[in-house]
Amino acid sequence: MTATLVKNARPPLSGQAERARQSRRRSRIIALLFVFPALLLLGALVVYPVLFSIGRSFFDASGSRFVGGDNYTEMFSDPATLKAIRNTVIWVLVAPTLLTGLGLILAVLVEKVRWATAFKLLLFLPMAVSFLAAGIIFRLAYDEDPHKGVLNAAAVTVHNAFKGTAEYPTARARTGQDLTAGEDGSYRTAVNLGPGDTVTLPLVGVAPKDLPGGARPAYPAAHRRAAAGDLRGVVYLDFTPGGGGSPGVVDRKESGLPRMKVEAVRADGKAVASTTSAADGSFRFTGLAAGSYGVELPASNFAQPYQGVSWLGPALVTPAIIGAYLWIWTGFAMVLIGAGLAALPRDALEAARMDGANEWQIFRRITVPLLAPVLTVVFVTLVINVMKVFDLVYIIAPGQVQEDAAVLATRMWLVSFGGGNNQGLGSAIGVLLLVLVIPAMAFNVRRFRRSQR
Amino acid sequence: MNAIRRGLSSAVVQVFLVVVGLVWLTPLAGLLLSSLRSSQDSASSGWWKAFASPGQLSFDNYSALLKNSGMTQAFWNTVLISVPATTLVVVVAALAGYAFAWLDFPGREPVFLLVVALLVVPVQIGLLPVAKLFGQLGLFGTIPGVVLFHVAYGLPFAVFLLRNYFAEIPKEMLEAARMDGGSEWRIFTRLVLPVGRPAIASLAIFQFLWVWNDMLVALLFADPSSQPLTVELQSQIRQFGSNIDVLAPGAFLSLVVPVVVFFAFQRHFVQGVMAGSVK
Repeated sequence: MTATLVKNARPPLSGQAERARQSRRRSRIIALLFVFPALLLLGALVVYPVLFSIGRSFFDASGSRFVGGDNYTEMFSDPATLKAIRNTVIWVLVAPTLLTGLGLILAVLVEKVRWATAFKLLLFLPMAVSFLAAGIIFRLAYDEDPHKGVLNAAAVTVHNAFKGTAEYPTARARTGQDLTAGEDGSYRTAVNLGPGDTVTLPLVGVAPKDLPGGARPAYPAAHRRAAAGDLRGVVYLDFTPGGGGSPGVVDRKESGLPRMKVEAVRADGKAVASTTSAADGSFRFTGLAAGSYGVELPASNFAQPYQGVSWLGPALVTPAIIGAYLWIWTGFAMVLIGAGLAALPRDALEAARMDGANEWQIFRRITVPLLAPVLTVVFVTLVINVMKVFDLVYIIAPGQVQEDAAVLATRMWLVSFGGGNNQGLGSAIGVLLLVLVIPAMAFNVRRFRRSQR
Repeated sequence: MNAIRRGLSSAVVQVFLVVVGLVWLTPLAGLLLSSLRSSQDSASSGWWKAFASPGQLSFDNYSALLKNSGMTQAFWNTVLISVPATTLVVVVAALAGYAFAWLDFPGREPVFLLVVALLVVPVQIGLLPVAKLFGQLGLFGTIPGVVLFHVAYGLPFAVFLLRNYFAEIPKEMLEAARMDGGSEWRIFTRLVLPVGRPAIASLAIFQFLWVWNDMLVALLFADPSSQPLTVELQSQIRQFGSNIDVLAPGAFLSLVVPVVVFFAFQRHFVQGVMAGSVK
C-alpha cells in the first residue's frame, strides 16, 4: 500500500527513465550479491574480531571486570612479556636488515654467472617449506651433540683443525705419587731432577680402549738408564689390564702413553725444554744445563674436547632461530631485488663503466641509490612478516628456553591459550601487534590511493 | 691483464655462489637422509654418516608412517582443509574483485580502501574472538571452522589482487559483452574468469601454500580428529631427539606437496609469493 502511495506521489516518469532507474537498481542488487560473501566473511571474522579484541583488552583475565589500561601496564612490566617485546625488537632490527643486505649482494652476484636461474630456484625453494618443517630441519642442525648436529660437527672440525685435540681428556695423576696437580689442570713433579735422572710419571683414568693406537708397553723404557746430560722419563698408564700391578710401579704389561706433551721446568716455573712422548711413553731432554728441574705435563694434554656451541641455549637461541629464518627468506629478497635490478637503466651503468668506475664504485654509487625504492619495499615487507613470526620460534626453541626465545606472537599464544589463560592480557598483546602494523597499513592505503589517481 | 682479472673475479664469484648453494641445500639433504635412517642410527650419529654407510638408508620409517593412522588421517585433513580453503578464497574473491572493479554499488570506494587496510591485519588478533564465535556456532574444532578462518584471512589479499587485475581488462571488451545482452553472471564466468586466469593461478598457489603450511590457525581451531599434518607433528616435538624417525619423514612428507607445486608452477608460484608478500 505505502509503496503505491509513494509512487503515485511522484511526478510521472517517462517509460524510458523508469526502465533505466529500474535497471540501475537491479544492477546494484546484482553488485551487492557479488560482494556479499566476501563482506560477510571479512566483517564477521576479521573486522568484528579486531573490535572485539580492542574491547576485550580492557577487561580482566576472565572478562567479567573492566580494568581500564591495566593489561597494558602489565604488558610493559611483566618480565616475560617485556622479554618478548625485546626479542621482537631484535628480530625486527636484525632479520630484515640482514635479509635485504644478503638479498642485494646475491642478486648482484648471481647476474654474473650462467646458472643464475638454477641458483635462484634453489634459494627460493625454502619459501615452499612450512615453518614447521623448517623448524624440524634446524632443530636437527642445531643439535648440541657434535656427533648429531651438523653445525656443531662443522664447528668442532674447524676448531680441531686449528687448535688440535687433546689426547687424554680423562687422564689424571695417580694420587699418592710424585705428581702434583697444578691449578690449570697440569701435573708436575718436584723440582729435584737433573741431567742423568730417569723419572716415571704414573697416570690413571684412561680406558684401555681409549689408548692411542700403537701405544707400546712402557717397561723396557722405564728401565733404560739415562745418558749423562739427558733427563729421561716415561709417562705410562699405571694400570695392568686383568689386575695384579702395583701402584706407582711400571709393571710389565703397563702401557706407555704416546704423544704426551712434556716440559722441563725450572724452579721459577719457566719451561726450558719441551718434547713429546714416544710410542712407549718415553721422553728425553738433551743438552740441559746443570741444575735442578721438574717435569711437567701441561694442561693441554688433558683439555676437555671442544664440544661446539650451545646454539639453542638461552644466549644464542634467538640468533639461531633468525638464522633459520634467513634460510627461508633470503631467496625472496634476492628474487625481488633481482627484478628491480633488471629494470635499472642500462645506460647509466654503461656510462659509469666508460668513465672507468670499478665494480664496487658502480655498486655503491649507482646501483644501490637507484634500487632504493625496491629495497624499501623488501625491507618493509620483511618487517611486517618478522613482527608476526610464531611457528619457527615455537618449534625450534626447546621447552626450557621457550621463555628466552619468546616473541610477541608466541607470548600472546602462551598467555591466552597455552596455560596462561589470561585473555585480557592476550588481547592487549594482540592489539599491540595490530598497532605495530598500522604504519604498514597506512603505507598500503596511501600507495593504493596514489595509484588510482 | 684486465681480462685475466675479470676471469679471476668471476671464478671467485662462482665459487662463492656454489658455497652458498651448498649451504642452502644442506638442511634439506639433512632432513631427507635423517628421514631414511633408523632411530638407533639417528641417536648415535649425524645424518652425514649415511654417506659412509649407505646401508643405513631404508624406507622403513615411511612405511611405518603410512601405517600410523594418526599420520595418514592428519595428511588427509591437510588436503581436506587446503583444497576447499583455496577454492573458496578464489571464488569469493573473484566475485568481489569483479564487483569492486566493474560494478556500481554504494560505498564501493571506501569499502575497498578498508579491504586494502585489512591486508596486514595479523591473524593473531582474530584467534580469540573467532574461537568464541565458532564455539557458539558449533564450528570450533571442525574442518569447516579451520577452512572459514583461512578463507577470511586470505580474502583481503585475494580481493586486492584480483580487483587490480580485473580492472586492467579493456573496458571495450566488457561493453561489447554487455551490448550482446550478456548478464553479469555470464560476463563473469565467460569473460572475466578466463581473462583473469594468470592472477587466479598465482593467487590459488599462494593461498594453497599458505594454508597447507599453516600451523598456528589449526593449532587452535582443529581438534585431534581434524588436525592437519603440521599440528600432528608439532604435538610430537616435545620428545624431540628420541623420535627423529617419525618427525623427519613426517616433515618431509609435509613438504613434498608444496615442493612439487613449486617446481610445477615456478613462475606463478614466484609471482604469487611476491604479490602476497604484503600480507
